[in-house]
Amino acid sequence: MSEQTSGHRTLAVRESSARADAPAAIEARDFNFYYGDFRALEQITMLAPRHQITALIGPSGAGKSTLLRAMNRMHDETPGVSSDGQLLLEGADINGFSDLIDLRKRVGMIFQRPNPFPMSIFDNVAYGLRLKSQGAKKGVIAEQVEQALRGAAIWDEVKDKLQQSGLALSGGQQQRLCIARAIAVEPEVLLMDEPCAALDPIATLKIEELMGELEERYTIVIVTHNLQQAGRVSDQTVFLSMNPETRAGFVVEVGPTQQIFTNPKDDRTLAYISGRFG
Amino acid sequence: MRLRQGIVAQSIFFTAAAIVALSTAALLLFTGSRGLAVFGYMNPAEFFLSGSWNQNDENFGVLPLLAGSLLTVGLALLISGPLALGVSIFMVEIAPEPVRRVMRTVVELFAALPSVIYGLLGLTLVVPWVRESFGGGLGKGILAASIVLVFMTQPTIVSIAEDALRALPESLREGALAVGATRWQMIWRVLLPAARPGLITAVVLGTGRAVGETIAVQMVIGNITSRMPKSLLTGATTMPAAIVTQLPEATSPEHRAALIMVAFLLLVITFSLIAAVRAAGSRGKARPTTRRRPSPAAQTAAVKGGD
Repeated sequence: MSEQTSGHRTLAVRESSARADAPAAIEARDFNFYYGDFRALEQITMLAPRHQITALIGPSGAGKSTLLRAMNRMHDETPGVSSDGQLLLEGADINGFSDLIDLRKRVGMIFQRPNPFPMSIFDNVAYGLRLKSQGAKKGVIAEQVEQALRGAAIWDEVKDKLQQSGLALSGGQQQRLCIARAIAVEPEVLLMDEPCAALDPIATLKIEELMGELEERYTIVIVTHNLQQAGRVSDQTVFLSMNPETRAGFVVEVGPTQQIFTNPKDDRTLAYISGRFG
Repeated sequence: MRLRQGIVAQSIFFTAAAIVALSTAALLLFTGSRGLAVFGYMNPAEFFLSGSWNQNDENFGVLPLLAGSLLTVGLALLISGPLALGVSIFMVEIAPEPVRRVMRTVVELFAALPSVIYGLLGLTLVVPWVRESFGGGLGKGILAASIVLVFMTQPTIVSIAEDALRALPESLREGALAVGATRWQMIWRVLLPAARPGLITAVVLGTGRAVGETIAVQMVIGNITSRMPKSLLTGATTMPAAIVTQLPEATSPEHRAALIMVAFLLLVITFSLIAAVRAAGSRGKARPTTRRRPSPAAQTAAVKGGD
């Protein structure tokens, strides 16, 4: 990567062919989320169109991660949380899923820090597959593992050491391994919670390129603190901010990334975007 | 000034460390030399292979003691290990905070109980129970001793296993749940393998406690040294129980040397267990999930990108 391209990338906003009126994979309508008595999200209305990348951006405390984690109910393990309003996966109420396992197979998640399991590379990817179809034939599993590793653009790097520990890989490789683990069970949606926060620039670039490929098969929702990254990778952008009085997160503006970054309708969006761009 | 203080401090620490190291060495040397003296009276084959320890015949075969220790400790751990694992999983992954706190207190209480109390409880509760449930004999024997050891090893194993499970990063749990694992699948296939070094340490240290336990075992095992243990229900002995029972009345030098040799074997076993813990610990040393230092190529790129 030459310095020109990296400089160019920094300011680039993605030319997106995606249409804003594509059907929504995930949609929130007047969605509220509470930690005990504290309302963390207020009246969230947004949508993540199918097979597009939607970025959630905004200052710390705006509730980006809270919203993301509500989408596959990672909060269920936390005591005292509740929500109202609607949060939908393909039109079905996410909080109405009686089978949490089923929901999480349809909505996969990538975390801020790569979290491979302390087992071999192969077993890391096979983990979800084995849960999904217990007693599946070995050959079938092996095939699906290879497919997932190829899908996560890491096959060539690990094909000769599938039995080595997943922990022995570099940070960037670990994160792509985690992506392989998530896509192995063929989810519809991939949630990414600052997937590059712990990675160096080269590893970050690889993940960003990978996201462009994954978009063809999956709907992606990504939380990022890095505005340049949001500009580089996303089709749609949701800008959240914190209500200074209630300290609840709310949506300021939703739109195609290009429009949000070049011609925001709301002054607060402009202030945030330009503040960061200097 | 500073320098002198540093030297003083250093020499204090050095002396402390030297005292510990020297006394350990002295311990080994003393028991080793005094114990090995037994082979002046009898040949090693007799000592290690004879199935009888009988001070009246001046015949000291260590096998009944070894077998008693092995059976008692083995049986105890067979029950205690899974039980303690279950308790610690319950405490870390399932119990709500108030319940966990109560359990933690109970575990600490168990750890603080003096051995003789365990022995007393064993004598008044376990021995009669064994006698009535399984019939035959006095109820004193390997089974009764094992049951007492199950309770005695719980606090050691539970507290270390609990720490090992608690130390696992939250991201592992989230990662497993996010691919659609049930809580049980998460525990079984991700958390337990990840905590394995710590869990092994817990069980090995529990073993150490069980192997060395003297008074409580001596009170409930019947202290029969003259023959190999016949069943789990009849009287037997263990290495430390035999030492504490016989040493006060060992008058012949041969008998004393044989008992000290048993103590030496006990030391060797304990040291081996500690070595095993260290091996398990270093093999499973937790590696950070991400590398802090980017590769040189990445650093170069970052520098270039910056200007």
